[in-house]
Amino acid sequence: MILGSINPAVLMAALMVAATPILLAAIGELVVEKAGVLNLGVEGMMIMGACIGFIVAVNTGSPLIGFAGAALGGMALALLFALLTQALMTNQVASGLALTLFGLGLTALLGQRYVGVTPPRTPKLDLGPLSEIPFLGRALFTHDIVVYLSIALVGAVWWFLKYSRAGMILRAVGENHDAAHALGYHVKRVRTLAILFGGACAGLGGAYLSLIRVPQWTEGMTVGAGWIALALVVFASWRPWRALAGAYLFGGVVVLQLNLQAVGVKIPVEYLSMSPYLITILVLVIISSGKARGSLNAPGSLNRPFHASS
Amino acid sequence: MKKLLTAAVLSAALATPALADTTKVGFIYIGPVGDFGWTAGHDRARREMAEHFGDAVETTIVENVDYGADAERVMTQMAISGTDMIFAASFGYGPDVNSVAGRFPDVAFQHATGYIQDHPNISLYDARFYEGRAVLGHIAGKMTETNTVGYIASYPIPAVIAGINSAYLHAKAVNPDIQFRIIWTYSWFDPALEADAAETLIEQGADVIMQHTDSTAAIRVAEDAGVMAFGQASDMTQFGPNAHLTAIVDNWAPYYISRVQAVKDGTWEAQNSWLGFADGIIEMAPWNDRMPAELQEEADALVAAIAAGEYHPFTGPINRQDGTPWLAEGEIAPDGDLATMNFYVEGITAELPN
Repeated sequence: MILGSINPAVLMAALMVAATPILLAAIGELVVEKAGVLNLGVEGMMIMGACIGFIVAVNTGSPLIGFAGAALGGMALALLFALLTQALMTNQVASGLALTLFGLGLTALLGQRYVGVTPPRTPKLDLGPLSEIPFLGRALFTHDIVVYLSIALVGAVWWFLKYSRAGMILRAVGENHDAAHALGYHVKRVRTLAILFGGACAGLGGAYLSLIRVPQWTEGMTVGAGWIALALVVFASWRPWRALAGAYLFGGVVVLQLNLQAVGVKIPVEYLSMSPYLITILVLVIISSGKARGSLNAPGSLNRPFHASS
Repeated sequence: MKKLLTAAVLSAALATPALADTTKVGFIYIGPVGDFGWTAGHDRARREMAEHFGDAVETTIVENVDYGADAERVMTQMAISGTDMIFAASFGYGPDVNSVAGRFPDVAFQHATGYIQDHPNISLYDARFYEGRAVLGHIAGKMTETNTVGYIASYPIPAVIAGINSAYLHAKAVNPDIQFRIIWTYSWFDPALEADAAETLIEQGADVIMQHTDSTAAIRVAEDAGVMAFGQASDMTQFGPNAHLTAIVDNWAPYYISRVQAVKDGTWEAQNSWLGFADGIIEMAPWNDRMPAELQEEADALVAAIAAGEYHPFTGPINRQDGTPWLAEGEIAPDGDLATMNFYVEGITAELPN
């Protein structure tokens, strides 16, 4: 066999790029779920970020401003979700699904004039001598800044949830909103902020697709990445570093199967392509079943609506 | 959303009292009309057809319709609201078209690239894409410097497999050292995956990328990497002016016009059409200037020979991948073999997925 022609360093580098969009979206959703809210609209917020980020980057000529715009675009959609679920007490699952459909439709309209436009380039970060280290240099130190930011974000979320006072309040709200409310914490305010953070992260993930990985705007271009991010949160049992590992694993499966095919190894691609979605279905069944959620480390109040009167 | 819009469009269509000679034509698409590939090609033809007939036709489109229940519902709704003719523009709509056609015998159904024809009101139409692939293969064989062509394929269905075989045979004919590396994405449209696939193929030494998937992502990647690529279904030059050598451009308009005319004249009958260069249904996008003049002439000549029926891209001797003979010296592949093709030809090293 000709496996020798696959360069592991390049594989590692490609894996990190393939994983970054889902990692960004997943880390945002992780915080949302830690606050006790299940937002199934990740796909919609991602496509919104991909579209708005692209439009802003093209008009300003700056990818970085584009990413900022993408975060705002994701947040705008998340705000709608927060309004529906926190103020109007609608069902979170239905609102999340509606958010996805809405995002896909709205971006198809907004992005119409931007199909076929080339976005400004996002430069690779120049890490000087680091990128010259054999193997590791090519694998780890030849990326754009967003890849490193996504890893830093995982670290920051981990620290925030584990050690900061605000993070503990957020977790308390997610574990038992009645107790948190009795202690005087603003359950809805905390949840709304978490939802907005989730929207910003999903928006960044979407913009990574349209500005760096593909890079162009095409209607419906996220093609399920948001659902994979959702699955990833549960797959990681709501732990930030596991989400990183999971994202790299998912990214790795994609990149590895492409490489194996390219060198002519016969692999059951159809099953591999299906696997993230199968895991998603399984995981959604588990979260909605109720019994198994405790053993999975799921936040106690996940997907339960809160009203101060109850 | 999509469903609401459909309902709104259809009820609006119902509400307007149609002129007696207005023919209502519905189109359902698997992707967005903005894909710049397959669906864009069909919608281009729809617009040309609508322009040709002016007020005498009224067209309705529904994009992103999934195979199965969704397609059946959309077509049923079209049929109920007085649509005279429905174009279902994707392979997978077969069972849905047949089930709806059985219930609405007065509606003329046109199913693209299909093979199921259970009712007398269903016409099938398809293009001989393998003719275009032969030209792409010839160009790829001449242009490659690494002797490696990267091929991004969607699903292992006969049309895609025949395309790979045709491209390979014609690349091999002009470049005996040619090698094809093939990646199956199991999707018609996934820009990120197609971009990753293109990157992987380039990393594996390919300097010409061919695709049988609908997004423009691979052209973009090829442009950035400084290698060559071919567009799919539409001219994709604007996504990679240097990389884009040419593309097989689908041009369904003449066929759509003739079929709608037949409905208007009352002469419409079920057919099974398989059209190629000769009928103008497929054309090649303008050659990139980086192709040497001599090669441009060869490519023109190849198109002309196929169009004139002087040359068939699958002319023996051709063996199957396992070495068993398929076509004898001078033998031309029967259409039946091409429409059900499920094997690679000799020389391709990859294994075909089941």
